[in-house]
Amino acid sequence: MDLYEYQGKQYFARYGIPTSPGGVADTVDEAVVQADRAGYPVVVKAQVKVGGRGKAGGIKLAADADEVRTHAAAILGLDIRGHVVHRLWVEHASDIAHEYYASFTLDRAAKLHLCMVSAKGGVDIEEVAATDPGAIARLHVDPVDGLSPEAAAALVAEAGLHPEARAQAAELLGALYRCYVEGDCDLAEINPLILTTDGRVHALDAKVTLDDNAAFRHPEWEQFAGSETSDERELLAKEKGLNYIGLSGSVGIIANGAGLAMSTLDVVNQVGGSAANFLDIGGGANADVMAAALEVINTDEAVRSIFVNIFGGITRCDEVANGIVEALGRVDLRSPIVLRLDGTNAEKGHEILAGHVSDRLVVDETMLGAARRAVALAGGDR
Amino acid sequence: MSIFVDENTKVVVQGLTGSQGRFHGLRNRDYGTQVVAGVTPGKGGSDVDGVPVYDTVAEAVAATGADASFVVVPPKAAPSAILDAAAAGIAFIVCITEGIPAQDEALFFNTLQRDFPATRLLGPNCPGVISPGKCNIGITSGDIALPGGPVGIVSRSGTLTYQALHELSQQKVGQTTCVGIGGDPVPGTSFIDCLAAFEADPDTRAVMMIGEIGGSAEEEAAAFIKDSMSKPVVCYIAGVTAPPGRKMGHAGAIISGSHGTAQAKMAALEEAGASVALNPTEAGERMVEIVKHLS
Repeated sequence: MDLYEYQGKQYFARYGIPTSPGGVADTVDEAVVQADRAGYPVVVKAQVKVGGRGKAGGIKLAADADEVRTHAAAILGLDIRGHVVHRLWVEHASDIAHEYYASFTLDRAAKLHLCMVSAKGGVDIEEVAATDPGAIARLHVDPVDGLSPEAAAALVAEAGLHPEARAQAAELLGALYRCYVEGDCDLAEINPLILTTDGRVHALDAKVTLDDNAAFRHPEWEQFAGSETSDERELLAKEKGLNYIGLSGSVGIIANGAGLAMSTLDVVNQVGGSAANFLDIGGGANADVMAAALEVINTDEAVRSIFVNIFGGITRCDEVANGIVEALGRVDLRSPIVLRLDGTNAEKGHEILAGHVSDRLVVDETMLGAARRAVALAGGDR
Repeated sequence: MSIFVDENTKVVVQGLTGSQGRFHGLRNRDYGTQVVAGVTPGKGGSDVDGVPVYDTVAEAVAATGADASFVVVPPKAAPSAILDAAAAGIAFIVCITEGIPAQDEALFFNTLQRDFPATRLLGPNCPGVISPGKCNIGITSGDIALPGGPVGIVSRSGTLTYQALHELSQQKVGQTTCVGIGGDPVPGTSFIDCLAAFEADPDTRAVMMIGEIGGSAEEEAAAFIKDSMSKPVVCYIAGVTAPPGRKMGHAGAIISGSHGTAQAKMAALEEAGASVALNPTEAGERMVEIVKHLS
């Protein structure tokens, strides 16, 4: 789960990472209230989960309440690369002496945490990595050992941070590491991390991605919940607890396992069709899950056929078959189903389905064969 | 021969008394795997369909000589279950648990590396390992595998592992061992670990590798194939048509920018001399051709 900047800053605050005083505003009037409270000059920042806000006009400096009104009115409702701004973060503007970069993430190749610090902050760090890789100091952190204060100090020195910033930055790295580990982040990134003209180091931005798998030990994450999509199919799927991504084709896809679901998309594409969605019903799919999956796909008017591709492991084919039979009774499907069922309890599954096979429920033995039939039923259009 | 497991492997199932543990543990036993014990704290002294249950892995090992473990417990309990198995001297741990936090995975992986270097972890969030006719630990349906070799399979995706087995078995091409390494951020066993083991296994004559988008594991495998593999490798990478920037199902399958795309992985593997198929069926067909021409 990606957090908005203001949520990321609230999360940082839990771990003692300093940020600028500020607050959230959903209207122009609220923006003025927050600006008065934070103290002028202020920065008015669009809250969207997409990069390049500044270039798109989503970040503006305001010297007084009138300017806050002007900027807040302009930014609210602004479309930034497909993300409409509904919320602002208004904070006291800092006098910046230097802009840095700091982050923690998992280096999957090394199987260790990776801390990156650069004196070249405030810009696209991937560009820095490409054009000037030496400008980024990197440190692998073994999760068994954690990050020592000495290692943090050495890293900020290596990165070439201003001597005045180093002690505070090293301490901040320690707090950011705690936030990343104890806070179960996939990514905790500050860009820019700044040194102010009066010698303080703090986070001017916050990019935090939480690990959804750790939600069970973070009841406080409830406050961050909320949908990031406006796709009605995705909203319905989320409500039903399904892992669904809407696409634009005409063959509805239901598969178990992310790999098989992706492969099903690929195969449909290769035989001349196009997928209407990605839908992984996961392991242990039962009748309810299958019925819910068919219901979601049934709301997609572009769908002309539904390819159900199941290879049972944990998922038992008899349960899948029961789910399809039950769903056929529950949901008035607009499109025919092409089913391919293999693996655990496949024979039982086929027995259950035997009395239900028709031109609305076609069974094919192979993945490629089923894909061809589903695409043919969808009209073969791309 | 096989890699990691064989007919002598003795398995303790951690979580045997749960519904998933019972179903898959007993199914593994029915396949012919030596399932010698179960472990559930607080349920020692009971049994599951004749398989004795112990409170700790150490007790199970002492009583039965188990040398492999099958971890089928919820995400919260998995890290301690894995470390308990390692501490009890288990050499090979298969963890199928899905949904373990990445921070926990990073921690127990590095703890194993440091404190129990002789222990191999397969998974988490993987389908397990099957050496057809000898041993099946995990959730793979045994009847889709065909004993006798000569192909070794390694796969990052669960259901595509079954698909790969199925494609080969349908064509009467047997497998030495099929390993599902799982798609989580910190897999205990990597593509390279499996490729190296297959390269060293005299009965494995060719390898099928199934990857997917996201991360760089396939690119690392490509470098290994280029430098260290003499045996033919057929690859398939899922996710060619996946939209960029979207998380497709589990932590493993994310692409951002051009890094980790199917195209980049396929290019790297082709450059390394592997045969890269566009779908699982084609991968099976290519392997059939390769096996035909093995002397």
